Parts: sequence; C-alpha cells; structure tokens
Amino acid sequence: MLEIKNLHAQVGDKAILKGVNLTIRDGEIHALMGTNGAGKSTLSNVIVGNPSYEVTEGSIIFNGQDLLSMSPEERAHAGVFMSFQAPIEIPGVSMTNFMRAAVNARREAMGKEPLKSTDFLKIMREKRKLVEIDQKLMNRSVNEGFSGGERKRNEIFQMAMLEPTFCILDETDSGLDVDALRIVAEGFNKLRTTETSAIVITHYQRLLDYIRPDFVHVLIDGHIVKTGTAELAQKIEEKGFDWIKEELA
Amino acid sequence: MKSEQQYIELYHEASSVIKERSCPVMNVVRDEAFEAFRQVGFPSKKVERYKYTDVDAAFAPNYGISLSPLTVKPSAYIYNMKDAPIDVTPYYHQVADCSDAITALNTALVHDALLVYVPKNTRVADLIVVDNWLRGTAATMMNRRILVVMEQGSEATLIINDHAADKQRFLVTQVMEVYCHDNARLDLYEIEETTPLCSRFSNVYIREGRDCSVKHNSITLFNGQTRNLCDVYLQGENSEVTLNGCAIGSGHQRIDNNTLIRHEVPNCQSNELYKYVVDDQSVGAFAGKILVEKDAQKTVSQETNANLCASPDGRMYTQPMLEIYADDVKCAHGSTVGVMDETALFYMRQRGIPEAEARTLLKNAFMGQVIDQIKNESLRQRLYVKVEKRFRGELDKCEDCRLCK
Repeated sequence: MLEIKNLHAQVGDKAILKGVNLTIRDGEIHALMGTNGAGKSTLSNVIVGNPSYEVTEGSIIFNGQDLLSMSPEERAHAGVFMSFQAPIEIPGVSMTNFMRAAVNARREAMGKEPLKSTDFLKIMREKRKLVEIDQKLMNRSVNEGFSGGERKRNEIFQMAMLEPTFCILDETDSGLDVDALRIVAEGFNKLRTTETSAIVITHYQRLLDYIRPDFVHVLIDGHIVKTGTAELAQKIEEKGFDWIKEELA
Repeated sequence: MKSEQQYIELYHEASSVIKERSCPVMNVVRDEAFEAFRQVGFPSKKVERYKYTDVDAAFAPNYGISLSPLTVKPSAYIYNMKDAPIDVTPYYHQVADCSDAITALNTALVHDALLVYVPKNTRVADLIVVDNWLRGTAATMMNRRILVVMEQGSEATLIINDHAADKQRFLVTQVMEVYCHDNARLDLYEIEETTPLCSRFSNVYIREGRDCSVKHNSITLFNGQTRNLCDVYLQGENSEVTLNGCAIGSGHQRIDNNTLIRHEVPNCQSNELYKYVVDDQSVGAFAGKILVEKDAQKTVSQETNANLCASPDGRMYTQPMLEIYADDVKCAHGSTVGVMDETALFYMRQRGIPEAEARTLLKNAFMGQVIDQIKNESLRQRLYVKVEKRFRGELDKCEDCRLCK
C-alpha cells in the first residue's frame, strides 16, 4: 500500500528526516514511537503533503502512485487521512458545511454525484454515533469551543465520514482520559476494514492495547533505528529509549 | 486643467435647466453650494479624509450629466421631493456639510431628490426598498440625493440597492441626510452591486435625537471605485448607533470607507465593525474616527476594523481613531490586517477540500461575522448567498435586477 524509500525532509534549513525506509502492506498497523523531536510528526506531515515541510530526497509510493507529486487534496481523495495531533479551530465554517464540502469533493474526484442533503445528514448521524459525538457540536464552527477530547473524537468522526484506506493517527491518545481513549480507539477499530492500514504515533502503550500493531518502529534522530512487534512497545513503556540508544552506540 | 474646471463650466451652462427641473427647497441652497465647491475644489490626497482616494482622477473623464427626472414608484413612505408631504426646509441640506467638495458639488448639480418619510409613532413592518438602476448609453454622471426623516417614535428598515443596468462608465455622487427624532429606530442598508466601470462617491450624514437607535450597514459587493463617507451626530442622550461594513474587493477595485461618529452628549453608545477582503490587486481603505466631546460622559464606544488580504498584491490601509475630551468614558478601537490562515487551509485540504474551495470557505467565514449581525432574517439569508457567490466569482451581474436578466 505505502512504500517510503530513503526519505529526507526538512523544515526551513533544519534536516529532520535523514533517510527513512518503511513499507506498509494492506491491512497492517504500524506503531511509530520515538523521542520528542525525532521526526514522527514530520514523517506524517510529509505523507499528507503539508507545504511547510520540504522533501529533499527519496520517494513515497501509495498504491502505485507517486504521492509526493500530488496535492494534499489529491492525496486525501486517494484515501490518505491524518488525525491531527492538535486539530485547529476554523471560526465561521460550520462542521456540517465543512464535512459536506470534504465528502462531496472526494465523491467528485471519484466521479460520483454529490450527496443529497438528506442522505448526507443521515450519514452524519450514523457516523456520529460511532464516536459518541454530540449533534450540537455539528452546528458549531469546526473545533470551535471543542474540548481536547472532543477534538480528537471529531478527528475520528471525520475519518468515519471520509472512509480512508490509509490513516495516520498522530498522538490521537494525547490529552484523552481513559473513557475517551476507549471510545476513540474502538471507533477506529470499528471503521477498519481488512484493507485499512495505519501508522499510529504514540508515546504510550495504552493506545496500543486497543489498536494492536503488527509492527513497532522506533524513530530516533530522523532514522528508523529499530523495528519489532507489539512487545517492543511494551519494553519501551517499561525502559524508555536509552537502551536502544546504547545499542546503537 | 484640474478636473473641477469642467464642473464649474457645466454649472454655468446647465444651472438654469437644473433649477427649472428642481424644486425651491433645493434651489435655494444651490448657488451657495456651487460657490463653496468652486472655492474648495476637489480635495487632493493631502486632505486627511481623502488621502486614500484620488478624487481628481475619478472626476477627470468627460461624463454627460443625467438630468432625467427621478421616477418614484408609488409606495408608502417614499416620495419625490417635489411631492413632499411635509415641509422639508428644516431638513434639506441642514446636516450635510459643504466644506466637503462632493457634498457641495452634489448640492449644486442635483435636480431631483428622494424623500423617505416615516410619520410619528409609525412602525413600518415591511422593508422599504429603494432600487437605483444606473442606465445610460454613454459615460454618465448621476447625482443622487436622499433625505430620510424619521419622526418621533417611528421605526423602519430601509434598503438601498445600487445596480448598474448597462455596461457603461458611471460616476455617481450621493448625499443622504438622515434625521432621527427622539425614540426613532432605523435600520439602513446600502448594498452596492455594480460593475468595475462604476465610481461612487457617497456622503451619508445621520443626526440622532434622544433614545434613538440607528444601524447603518454599508455593503460593497461589487464595484469599480467606491468612496463612502458616513458622519453620525449623536445629539440626544441614550441613543446608539451601529456602523457595520462589508467590503469585498478583487481585480483592480478600490473601496474606501471613511466614518466619523461624534458623541456630543452623555450616555450614548456606538459600535462599529468594518470587515474587508481584498483579493487580486484590489485596494481597501478604512478610516474611522470616534470623537467624544467634553460633555459626553459615560460614552461607550467600540470600533473594530478587521481585514483579510487574500492575495499578495491586495492592499489594505486602516486608520482607527479615537479623540476623547471627556474623562468618564469607555472607548476601544482596534484594527487587524491578516493573510489567509495557512494552517486552516492545510487542514481543509487534508480532508480533500480543493484549495480554491477552502479559500472561498475561509473568506466567507471571515465576512460572515458582519452578515450575522443583520437583524432582518430574509435579508441576512439573501446576503449570505450573495457574499458566497461573490467569493466564488459568480456575482458578475446584479442577479436580482430585472433589467440585467
């Protein structure tokens, strides 16, 4: 599904990613762990095409397409979705209008007719239930006045609406209490199909108890330095990253 | 030759015809107004209140003056000045100020005028709508005069629409005088939807007595060059005024709004919110002064001007001003000029919303705040649609105007 080769990226003049290689097949969940500033968020932003990040070398192939030559919206239409670490507020744009624009843009890219208003609202209602998000939030502006937990739930709700095939969950667990974490993680699991793949970025084992990773990667200083199974995450939870750094030295 | 010369000559040639077609109340101040214009001439950019608009250049082309009679469709509360049901002498050209060249020129050249008169304690439930259609087969100058008299305890909503029916160069001067007697309420909307060939110079003067409430909404949806002045005189206690503005520029359009709110007595309130979106090479200017006189204690005033430069070449000039001579007042003013929120844009694009659409949504959201404040539900909904169409580039003709279909 996704093949990243020798990826180098920078923000301004600062090199962050220094040759990342990663292959993700259909249906796989890859956890990405690492110290602060190691490049986890840079990697996810590069995958979704954030213009603030510059790719200097390497390639990303997504289902046979050269992802780096595509605009952020084209990538979204191809099925790439990111749950943002800090979802922003968009004052004056209602959730409903925002979602309608997003859903219909994707449908248009797929050569489908825009959804009828009644059908759209019906789908909104169904998907809202998945993440237990209140209808009154839908009448507000995007994320405006949402609590931290509501914002994260809203990200998964958007994922439900857009039905992506590849998701990046960028610290979706941060700022969530235990119950909210369960709702968000279970929501994600319900939405998954056998084809859905994901990169799950987290600092904690807890999220991975709900969303079981097939692989765990450790990113340090712009390189993936270690890859293992779910047990690696547990070991990091217990011992931190120092032992990995020592191994490298 | 400076531009005023041709208007001086025009007056010498046409004043007798103008007087013939006009009425005594308008003629009695005419020569004096012309003399004032002749002396002051068009303001240069060195004149503070005209520093963002080149008046001389706008009046330089050779326009033919329109002297065709004003047609007023018979309807309640709207009259041709000639058929005024009241004595308008205490109102006509009383608050309008001839030290302003545009007002002086308008007063000298205008032959017909519109009167909106709402009698004492009359509450007008329906909207009073005035549609101005600019028509002409050659470059035409129109001079428009509107007098609004709201008697004590009256209430009305007045909408003035500007349309250009012909793809022609038009130069419009407008002077509107609004008199609100005690306890009167007026919602006044001016909606400009013309073409890039139109230049508009509008001066609005509002005088309020006690316990009045006036909301003036200046909405520039589509235009060529616009210069709006709005001066408000708060002369009775416990009155309030709201000045709202929505200005959308693209192409090479210019929109210059200049306001003055003069608090002359205690316990009045003023609110001002002007928002601009300047796209392409368009230029916006806003200068708003709140003047609180020595005795105007307990004044509460808030002035806000927020602007979005939606393109690298869009220009915005902003000048919020407070001048306070009283010592027990609550006044605030603020101004912002910003660019498109790139983080929000990216968030929307990540969800698959194409960049152009995302930009439209953000511009629309920015302007929505002004439209939200429109009290009349049907007008508010209509303007949401118009503003959105404008940002989508679909508002290149005045869609409501029967003449344009």
